[in-house]
Amino acid sequence: MRAHQIRRLFGRIGFALSVFALVSPALLVFLWMLSLSLKNELDNTAYPPVFWPSKLSLQNFVDVFEKNDFVTLDWTDFDLFGRTWFAYPALGGYLYNSVVVSFGATGLALLFGVPAGFGIAKSKAHNMAALIMIARVTPGLSYLVPLFLMFQWLGMVGSLTPLLITHLVITVPIVVWVMIGFFEGLPNELEEAALVDGATIWQAFRHIALPLARPGIVVATILAFIFSWNNFIFGVVLAGRETRTLPVAVYNVLTFEEVSWGPLAAAALLVTLPVLLLTLLMQKEIVAGLTAGGVKGG
Amino acid sequence: MTVASSATGLRGRNYARQYWPFLVPAGVVVFAVIVFPWIFTLYMSTMEWHVGGNITFNGLANYKRLVSDERFLWSVVRTLYFTAMAVFFPVILGIAAAVCFHKEFPLRGLARTIFIMPMMATPVAIALVWTMMFHPQLGVLNYLLTSVGLPASQWQYAPGTVIPTLVMVETWQWTPLVMLIVLGGLASLPIDPYEAARIDGASPWDSFRHITLPLVWPHIMVALVIRTIDALKSLDIIFVISNGGPGTASETMNYLLYLEAFSFYDIGYASAIVVVFFVIILLISMLLFTSRRQAY
Repeated sequence: MRAHQIRRLFGRIGFALSVFALVSPALLVFLWMLSLSLKNELDNTAYPPVFWPSKLSLQNFVDVFEKNDFVTLDWTDFDLFGRTWFAYPALGGYLYNSVVVSFGATGLALLFGVPAGFGIAKSKAHNMAALIMIARVTPGLSYLVPLFLMFQWLGMVGSLTPLLITHLVITVPIVVWVMIGFFEGLPNELEEAALVDGATIWQAFRHIALPLARPGIVVATILAFIFSWNNFIFGVVLAGRETRTLPVAVYNVLTFEEVSWGPLAAAALLVTLPVLLLTLLMQKEIVAGLTAGGVKGG
Repeated sequence: MTVASSATGLRGRNYARQYWPFLVPAGVVVFAVIVFPWIFTLYMSTMEWHVGGNITFNGLANYKRLVSDERFLWSVVRTLYFTAMAVFFPVILGIAAAVCFHKEFPLRGLARTIFIMPMMATPVAIALVWTMMFHPQLGVLNYLLTSVGLPASQWQYAPGTVIPTLVMVETWQWTPLVMLIVLGGLASLPIDPYEAARIDGASPWDSFRHITLPLVWPHIMVALVIRTIDALKSLDIIFVISNGGPGTASETMNYLLYLEAFSFYDIGYASAIVVVFFVIILLISMLLFTSRRQAY
């Protein structure tokens, strides 16, 4: 009896330790990011590293928002498209770019993708589904070469429009893929009853299927937004100086030689903060979408 | 899925056709930003095409160049080396994590949220933090290594350690996705076989090996294929942390593709790389499609 209890105790301790081992790498990196962003430059470049700083301050965050030269100092990066250069108030302008691109690409994807998901689920258009699947797994970079040339010919490079259009490569397949799964899971009876009563297919979609699919739309919206927000390589290639999205803007700080860690960590934290908050608040929806959708975009 | 299939069967083609208008808007977008680029890439890959230079047809010359281009062939080898490790570790750790998270324990929700954070966080942001942690002189990782008596590493700054370093970050980032997929499989398992095994005196390892593993195998396959595709096209982490270097030590296919297209502006050659890349990914996705069918 005693031996049995001891073994169970050891089993529990072992389990607790393995959970801790699983979670700690994630914890370590995010806590270190937070720590770097709250310490001053002296503490950040000290060796051995400072784990318990004597003083914490929000100065790095203030710098990110206030110092005009923080993100726009990289003047050696010449302007490829010959447009007039103008300085944004630090990260604020890039925040605007990211918001326009991610919200725009997500909104358009919902507009096009939700009806498409419905249509594919109902008409069992497997070829279309397979096409969307392939689009989701192809490297994002492969779309950039032709799209980049196309935007150049159309004279659109240098504005936010080409970036927004390119982000549709990420968001449309996510929305369609998630919505196919949701519409397939919905019961058909209500719709069929409406159709028998003389409703058009559009009315059945608008008033019956769409309200029922609201949870699916939430999942699709969150995932499309996050993967668009996180996207980096489209911005690297397509964005001019003033059309960079946040990830590109923060990356450009790193390529700059004398970089200070505190403000960089603060900027990195701010860029990923919306996504982390969404993950915290909408964990259930995100998990449902990822296990159904399976593949990340881009 | 089953309901819709019976409907199609009963009412035939006209039933399906009614829903086609719903596909038109998305179809136009998908054609413009996805299908058209594919076709155009195929066309460009048969051209001698430099940005700002003449465009001339050169048939399969770009593909012939690929076969004899040592830089490209090495990038393929590196991609395979990277992919093998960046699939193996996340899949093994992901299965272990899924088994852990399948059990009830206090604060499980919070632990799971923290665990999936690396996958959701902006890749550039976390790559920047890792870069600071990898700093050979001032980085926290070398401090931790030396304080437990291990030798300090050069991380992404030495040709021998750069790919394992990138694999480490990739594993950190994508183990959660494997965990989620396998966890989904575990959640759908029946209880009866476990009861029977327990009565027969099987150890936890026995029931994992002989009941759990075979039953969640389809899910593991899905995770394996998804991980392979994602690892093959991994770019952000490499771009930020090592920039393909030192030298060309971490130049994978995807990174070389970026260089050819947007640093060397060799559009024709880059397009040929895209086509080869596309074929590889396509073959693997077909595997994914069939393994999905088996899983659900």
